[in-house]
Amino acid sequence: MSKQQNSVIQWFDDRFPLLSTWRAHLSEYYAPKNFNFWYYFGSLAVLVLVNQLITGIFLTMSYKPDASMAFASVEYIMRDVDYGWLIRYMHSTGASMFFVVVYLHMFRGMMYGSYRKPRELLWLIGMFIFFILMSLAFTGYILPWGQMSYWGAQVIVSMFGAIPYIGDTLSQMILGDFTLSDAALNRFFAYHVVTLPLLLLVLVFVHIVALHEVGSNNPDGIEIKSNIDPKTGNPVDGIPFHPYYSVKDIFGVVAFLIVFCGIIFFAPEFGGYFLEYNNFIPANTLQTPDHIAPVWYFTPYYSMLRAVTVNFLGVDAKLWGVILMAMAVVIFCFLPWLDRSPVKSIRYKGPYFKFALTLFVISFFVLGWLGTKAPTPLYTLLAQIFTVIYFAFFLLMPWYSKIDKTKPEPKRVTK
Amino acid sequence: MTLIRSFLIILLFLPIGINAGGVEVQLDKAPIDTRDNDSIKRGAESFVHYCLTCHGASFMRYNRHQDIGFSSQELLDNIIQTDQKVGDLMVSAMKKNEAEGWFGVAPPDLSVIARSRGADWLYTYLRSFYRDETTATGWNNLIFDKVAMPHVFYELQGQQMLKVKSLGDGKESKTLELVIPGSIPKAEYDKFVADLVNYMVYLGEPHAAHRIDLGIKVMLFLFAMLGLTYLLYKEYWRDIH
Repeated sequence: MSKQQNSVIQWFDDRFPLLSTWRAHLSEYYAPKNFNFWYYFGSLAVLVLVNQLITGIFLTMSYKPDASMAFASVEYIMRDVDYGWLIRYMHSTGASMFFVVVYLHMFRGMMYGSYRKPRELLWLIGMFIFFILMSLAFTGYILPWGQMSYWGAQVIVSMFGAIPYIGDTLSQMILGDFTLSDAALNRFFAYHVVTLPLLLLVLVFVHIVALHEVGSNNPDGIEIKSNIDPKTGNPVDGIPFHPYYSVKDIFGVVAFLIVFCGIIFFAPEFGGYFLEYNNFIPANTLQTPDHIAPVWYFTPYYSMLRAVTVNFLGVDAKLWGVILMAMAVVIFCFLPWLDRSPVKSIRYKGPYFKFALTLFVISFFVLGWLGTKAPTPLYTLLAQIFTVIYFAFFLLMPWYSKIDKTKPEPKRVTK
Repeated sequence: MTLIRSFLIILLFLPIGINAGGVEVQLDKAPIDTRDNDSIKRGAESFVHYCLTCHGASFMRYNRHQDIGFSSQELLDNIIQTDQKVGDLMVSAMKKNEAEGWFGVAPPDLSVIARSRGADWLYTYLRSFYRDETTATGWNNLIFDKVAMPHVFYELQGQQMLKVKSLGDGKESKTLELVIPGSIPKAEYDKFVADLVNYMVYLGEPHAAHRIDLGIKVMLFLFAMLGLTYLLYKEYWRDIH
């Protein structure tokens, strides 16, 4: 570094914690050296976030949040805006890939016990990010004002209407009207482009601050901070994030972009899973589609909503469905306290946990698949069975994680 | 452990096995080549002559068609039927409320119809009209029962009749038979419809061909980058054990 450059940096550093921040969060932030494949998805989530923000700004320049113009303005972007089709596909594919990446990121946490002490708060902040992400996906999906945008939103808003006493008032407050209309489209646009992205950015920042406070977990689920090199004062099994993980993550980014661009350029609809075929029909308030299905990332929860078919304890089946659906998401927040295993990582957990986690993954996939289908009595029965399995994974965890036969954790991280 | 594992695998695929045996309408595969600009151009001319009278394609501008090889003059001579300009949107001449009076429903806009219905559906639909005196238009369609649209190509295709054959168990097979031949043979009519469908696929996403061409370049670049970034990563990590 030349003298001149040094003095410029010095000028800033005298007025802003430039070098200390760089050191604390990048060049001297020690991360475990044994991160595997599953540890790419955190940085990839940041990449997709940036993609959504940038493409979103460009979409906003040509999109019209008006019930009579929204659909046409999206097609205007697809046809007449220079590279508008690319921007739109980057955003629509980004939405689905955000969930792919975040689901894998969460699954990593579940495998290696990343939610356990001292990372409970980190996990909770992550869950809030997930809630905001779901709200962003929902509000964003309404904007093209296609048939699925409209009727999907009807289903979601009617869920609020199912809440006793305050339901009707609440759904009117959300919609700004008695029915789903232009007023709702405008406010959902406001949430989607201002409120929710701001909240998301703040939460992501807080998530990273909390992560760097407690330090990263690793596939062995042991704390690298408990083994400090007395000479350097750094963890023996830790390596500086920069350059080691920055370089490794760049490789991960390129690998991810191959998948991401593969979808954008060669299969942007992804067989109707990323862009639903029925959403190429403009919203028609008088014609309910035969079959309303949300986008794939919501289908497991949609299955659970539909799985409750009987009223019990004097409560309507629909309301139970809504409660169950909400619980299915919120229950992740309790993981830090449901897991009673003496070890964190799946590597040292016993057969019960492995079996339970596998069942959970299967139920998530099956429920997701069922959510894309029109309900039949058999499908409803399957949805009920797998909903029970889904919840059993969480509710029985205090029991099976405690009696499980675990292996001893190593003192140092392994490959 | 193997037993548990196979149990879990069966569990995962259980619903897919159950799904088999669903009843769906058989669609004919549309014989289209989205790279064949001549076919798309022929389809465009049929589209503006037959479809644009009642349907709009109102998200599409005429001058977008320069991408597939029409010149401005050709657009004015062969494609634009009204006094519209080359930069205008392809709106229908028919008014929405009048159309509702005539057909009961307004004819849908066709800009993205190929994206919601799919090429195979359109190809089958446009070849599956048959004579039915019980409907208002005198026409019905094998894959869209009681459709409000009349058979606009009957002079070309001729008239088909529905043949219902009982297969027992309450099942029946429905086929169409050409009873009055049209002005062109069946193979030629199928080709006419294929060109039209090829155009509607283009109309649904005019930049699709450009998207794929650009995609190939992007992928080549990314694969080269993958190699380089992998080597960089391995170089940096040499001393980490």
